[in-house]
Amino acid sequence: MFLKAYVSSCGWLMEVKESDKNLRNKTNSSQRKQNKRKEIKREKRREEKRRKRQLRNRNPSRRREREMSVETERSSTESEVSGLDYEETALTLRLPGGTSRVAGSEPDRKRGFSETVELGLGSGAPVGTRGVGSTDDQSDESPESQASVAEKPPAPKARVVGWPPVRSFRKNVMKSCKLVKVAVDGAPYLRKVDLEAYTGYHQLLTALQEMFSCFTIRNYPDEERKLVDPVNGTEYVPTYEDKEGDWMLVGDVPWKMFVESCKRVRLMKSSEAVNLAPRAQHS
Amino acid sequence: MREEISDMSEDDETGERARWAPDLSKNRSDDSDSGPGPPIGDSPPPFSDQVLENVLENVLEFLTSRRDRNAASAVCRSWYRAEAQTRRELFIGNCYAVAPHRAVERFQSIKSVVLKGKPRFADFNLVPFGWGAQFEPWVKSFGAAYQHLERICLKRMSVTDKDLTIIAESFPLFKDLTLICCEGFSTLGLAVIAERCRHLRVLDLIEDYLEDEDDEVVDWISRFPETTTSLESLVFDCVTCPFNFDALERLVARSPSLQRLRVNHHVALEQLRRLMARAPQLTHLGTGTFRSEVGFGEVDPNLDLVSAFGASRSLVCLSGFREIEPEFLPAIYPVCANLTSLNFSFANLTAEELNPVIRQCHNLQTFWVLDSVGDEGLRAVAESCRDLRELRVFPLDPTEDSDSSVSDIGLQFISEGCRKLRSILYFCQRMTNAAVVAMSKNCPDLVVFRLCIMGRHLPDRITGEPMDAGFRAIVMNCKKLTRLSVSGLLTDKAFEYIGCYGKLIRTLSVAFAGDSDGGLRYVLEGCTRLQKLEIRDSPFGDASLISGLPFYYNMRFLWMSSCNLSMRGCKEVARNKPNLVVEVIRDVVEEEEEEIEAVEKLYLYRSLAGARTDVPAFVKIL
Repeated sequence: MFLKAYVSSCGWLMEVKESDKNLRNKTNSSQRKQNKRKEIKREKRREEKRRKRQLRNRNPSRRREREMSVETERSSTESEVSGLDYEETALTLRLPGGTSRVAGSEPDRKRGFSETVELGLGSGAPVGTRGVGSTDDQSDESPESQASVAEKPPAPKARVVGWPPVRSFRKNVMKSCKLVKVAVDGAPYLRKVDLEAYTGYHQLLTALQEMFSCFTIRNYPDEERKLVDPVNGTEYVPTYEDKEGDWMLVGDVPWKMFVESCKRVRLMKSSEAVNLAPRAQHS
Repeated sequence: MREEISDMSEDDETGERARWAPDLSKNRSDDSDSGPGPPIGDSPPPFSDQVLENVLENVLEFLTSRRDRNAASAVCRSWYRAEAQTRRELFIGNCYAVAPHRAVERFQSIKSVVLKGKPRFADFNLVPFGWGAQFEPWVKSFGAAYQHLERICLKRMSVTDKDLTIIAESFPLFKDLTLICCEGFSTLGLAVIAERCRHLRVLDLIEDYLEDEDDEVVDWISRFPETTTSLESLVFDCVTCPFNFDALERLVARSPSLQRLRVNHHVALEQLRRLMARAPQLTHLGTGTFRSEVGFGEVDPNLDLVSAFGASRSLVCLSGFREIEPEFLPAIYPVCANLTSLNFSFANLTAEELNPVIRQCHNLQTFWVLDSVGDEGLRAVAESCRDLRELRVFPLDPTEDSDSSVSDIGLQFISEGCRKLRSILYFCQRMTNAAVVAMSKNCPDLVVFRLCIMGRHLPDRITGEPMDAGFRAIVMNCKKLTRLSVSGLLTDKAFEYIGCYGKLIRTLSVAFAGDSDGGLRYVLEGCTRLQKLEIRDSPFGDASLISGLPFYYNMRFLWMSSCNLSMRGCKEVARNKPNLVVEVIRDVVEEEEEEIEAVEKLYLYRSLAGARTDVPAFVKIL
């Protein structure tokens, strides 16, 4: 398998635990009942999310363009991800000296994103010139914000990889780390990720993708996310084990809830994810 | 503290050189066993020349600076041979610049190796996992060739347990292993080193990422020999998994030469006290968590802690202080006056909590701190630490829209109080040109100036102007400057100034700056001593890349990510310069086979080894 060859060339020697493979083998009835209950809960959450989505103004643009900076890429895909609790992932306009989070007017802010300058190749335009629309709507800005334009930071941007340039060692020490193991079906090694380092599912998936370096993220119309190994077309569904020991689909619950309850992550082959996600068959 | 040395930064020009710190003379031809010298394997010289060569060898034994040695080796064949015979330390700044077998063929009596791998931006997740820098081919070559190898120092390399085993098995005299920002090994490898390297003096693990399963952790501390050890330095604060404390305590007790000890966060104050009691001779101490294990109402550890510090008369460097409970800080008062180095960069302290400590640290030369102390805290530093040489202010919340309590005001205080400052790393959200200009004038000895305004493209917070003027003053007034990191809103003018005045700059880091190709061109054409140039998210395109063609052989590397580069430009560079390795790194291996014209990440470096053979799928060498 591609992963194996690639991995062995790097000399990694980790073993996947046997227990991780026993996903399919939960046969006792109490487990099934529990699974059913979870599915019902999940379905309810999805209904709610669909409702919320209808109210929001989504950015239809989906094409991944090669832009000069990550920010426009993230802005166009960010709005598609389901399960995002916008309050948590919303990027706030923060003034120096600190103000509270600016709540509300999310659709406007999202429009602000799409107005962020498209950075084509060869353009000499400075990075990150702001869309005007995004800053006008903030109703509860502190008074001094109007005073000096110089003080106002740029419009809310997507977090960029590796900025500010602080090493992960330092970041990990300072925060309460939520390190979970990530296993990929078929790969003889594990990685660890710090869930606290990400603000949403998209970031996590992007990080997983970078980590295993051979996947692309494929978007489906019903917001399901999968990672694909382009060599053999195998699809992987990100799943996780929660505190109760049940295996769930990544993306079903609000991000914070996921961070709190996730014990480990497994990129499972789509074909094996039948018990978890009947929806996977639809796309 | 040893950080500045252990960082293997080549900017540190303090008079006292560490054993392996490279010399910092201002020579253009730099690092590695560079320079194509005379061919290896000549016929032996006639008799008189042989005598001369022997004499020469005896003299060259005393030459330690690698730049001097490189120069000596270029004189003639005889000198080349003599120098090769007498070189004891091998420094390779880019592990892909030369093949292991070639290094080993030329230098046959090496005792110490310093090897660097990944580009620095790998620290910030810009280099995908699995890029390279494996230590394996090196350790195999060294194992076969260098029986007398005593020291290995690696930075940003991928090191496996197997590699560590080879070290333990191949070098009977092995004394010093220093791993900085490395990954790939685990406690298993550490156990092998501990067990088999009987003459080990230094085991320094600095900001490494260990591969560890929580339930497969090996008790490596117990593997050190039961007899008295020759350990001088044991640093393992980056080893996050728990360890056998009792074994450590016994190890410390039977290591009379131990001078530097830095433990991980699984050590609380009670245990620290026990360790200090065993090793009152320590000069460098890295505490674990600076908090008590027991709650209030139990035995007050404070008393014992004070006497423990009181008994440690030799302490000059303190670090650690994780999860700090400030009420225990007074325990370190007895040693403050002797401290030359203090690292509070993991301690969330306010200015009020810092004040009583810093007021006593008159002799401090190196100080690392979090921005939680604010401008007021920095004022106290400026007033107390007149001898300060290095300051690093890290962000408590390292996100770009965080609130930072330090600003231009703090920088101004520091510049007024710490006139001897040589190196500064300063994270902030608000800055003014005036403060930067003030620093340039008050601290003319600056060698390293790294300013990180965390919000992107932020201008002067008072005038609203770009930060060009500030950096201009830095490069103009700080005549010894060799390392510069810029940030904030910067136009091409800033780069014009850097190119014009920054003639000694060797390392330049650029992020989110500049307007056009002109900016990069200024730097490439103007900074004649430039060795390492790393750029991200700046609007520099193919034209500027190509303008640097005459200079790339004089540099160690160029990194450009999220700029305006295309395959056309990069291919032209590769075509023009056969001894340059031009790597195009993609984040994602696209499903389509067709080539993407835009280049997301470019990493180019001079090399005698040609294109490397361990290239992963997401790297393309042009």
